[in-house]
Amino acid sequence: MPFNMDINELEEMALRCRINIIKMIHKAQSGHPGGSLSAIDMIVGLYGTELNINPLEPDWEDRDRFIMSKGHASPAIYSILYELGFIQEADFMSFRSLGSKCQGHVDMKWTEGVDFSAGSLGMGLSFGLGCSFAAKLDNSNRNIWVMVGDGETQEGQLWEAIMAANYHSTDNLKLIVDRNGIQNDDFVSRQMEVGDLRLKIQSFGWEVIEIDGHNMYEISDAIKWANKSNGKPMAIIANTIKGKGISYMENNPSFHGKAPNDKEYNIAMEELS
Amino acid sequence: MSAPSDGGASRDGYGRALIRLAVNPDIVVLEADLGKSTKSCHFRTEFPDRTFSLGIAEQNMMLVGAGLASSGKIPMASTFAIFTERAFEQIRNGIARPNLKVHICGSHGGIHTGSDGSSAQSIEDLAIYRTLPNMTIIHPADDFSAEELTIQVASLNGPSYTRTIRNKVPRSYTINTSKHLEIGKGSLLKEGNDVAIISCGVMVSKSIEAANILEKEGISSTVIDMHTIKPLDENIIDFWSKKCGCIVTAEDHSIIGGLGSAIAEHNSRTNLVPMEMVGVKDRFGESGESEELFKIMSMSTGDIVKAAKKCIERK
Repeated sequence: MPFNMDINELEEMALRCRINIIKMIHKAQSGHPGGSLSAIDMIVGLYGTELNINPLEPDWEDRDRFIMSKGHASPAIYSILYELGFIQEADFMSFRSLGSKCQGHVDMKWTEGVDFSAGSLGMGLSFGLGCSFAAKLDNSNRNIWVMVGDGETQEGQLWEAIMAANYHSTDNLKLIVDRNGIQNDDFVSRQMEVGDLRLKIQSFGWEVIEIDGHNMYEISDAIKWANKSNGKPMAIIANTIKGKGISYMENNPSFHGKAPNDKEYNIAMEELS
Repeated sequence: MSAPSDGGASRDGYGRALIRLAVNPDIVVLEADLGKSTKSCHFRTEFPDRTFSLGIAEQNMMLVGAGLASSGKIPMASTFAIFTERAFEQIRNGIARPNLKVHICGSHGGIHTGSDGSSAQSIEDLAIYRTLPNMTIIHPADDFSAEELTIQVASLNGPSYTRTIRNKVPRSYTINTSKHLEIGKGSLLKEGNDVAIISCGVMVSKSIEAANILEKEGISSTVIDMHTIKPLDENIIDFWSKKCGCIVTAEDHSIIGGLGSAIAEHNSRTNLVPMEMVGVKDRFGESGESEELFKIMSMSTGDIVKAAKKCIERK
């Protein structure tokens, strides 16, 4: 059964997740804070209200799937899996170290509750499409949610999957684009502007809405909207801020893949308290 | 033994196997436009609800297969061998790394593909997939062995790559003899004492022809069909290399990284007997009939005979 949290509970959980994201990246002195912090509100909204999953039976075959295609934002996933009881604090505090359940990029072979082995951008929606074919073959009403980054939309394979999903009318497939405007090297607009993603995805036959990806009310409404699909795959473009919640990380390309030092860590903890 | 004269193309065996596998409701077929060529089209006709057309988009197809496999299905995904290579990183990261049971078939492998020319002649597929942990790699000799091995592939506990061939070749098996094949075990087709010829794919029937020619000259050859390139049957190599004292490998593939390389790697760690490799020697192919190409690229039956004699002299 879904967790059915209310807005207050979701916002409190998102704050705890932000704290743990910073803790694990600081401890590891490596990882990707920016994209974890931009994505976490959508992820909390989805796990807290919608996903039909069971921490006691992570491999339950009829569970909803969440495919994290931007696998470098793994701290966001580890923080929510901890909140829901899939993993322990010691697991995420050993993030990126030898033998840890919490690998650098999310990996279904290492972590309970992870549905996809990510790390190479552009592949998650295709994997999700395969999961949605399987759900249809099983006559199951389980849904498949996929999250990609906006920089990731530069990968050609993503558009292969967007085209195929519409052709096969996979209305159990839901895409979330974490549109934080920054990729590894710089702002997306300076690396290769991806343009009007809403129009582009719509032109492939999808239903698309655009929301503020940090507003829990909008997130909650968007998830309900995405569930009311009528034969079409559904996409939510979540406009977000990279590094959201930590002043010096917000909209700062240098915190795509850099850990905070001790001083920065203390500032972050103060801001989140 | 004499090479049976009836011909068969291994892609036809793959197509027949898919129909036989359909009794398992978890079997699904993925196509990237080339079903008529890879022969998955017969499955599509009979089981359209379990066939997914993904268009000319191989990278997407490979991950769709991974998603299906993660949900308990057994996807059989086919396209030309050369176009599977386009999705190598998808196969590496999306299939082999999480060890998902996606079974890839690359048809039109090798120079034997012929007149389409070098762009369609995959001569490196076996080498690149051999580097991936968890992958089983199969290259059958004819249609009967392809049918049997494809049936077995669907029961593997990890991913696989099967390379099939476009054109007919003399059969090395019958319906009955192919039933004795087993993934991971080399198939002994002829026993002899002077040279062990180990080959795969279209070179198996040529190796039998070469052994017959050598026999007339008083040279006795062992012929092994090494249809499974990975995992390599090291026991059969050890036994026959000791007995014969030298090895000739024959493959329609680059001699860099394929069957010959796999056996040389093993040989260098063990018996270290003289070896000769027949195959594509660090060049691309071109348009032409299969046999014309094999002649100019030193991969004909006569070239296997020459390699055997040279190898015996080096003992």
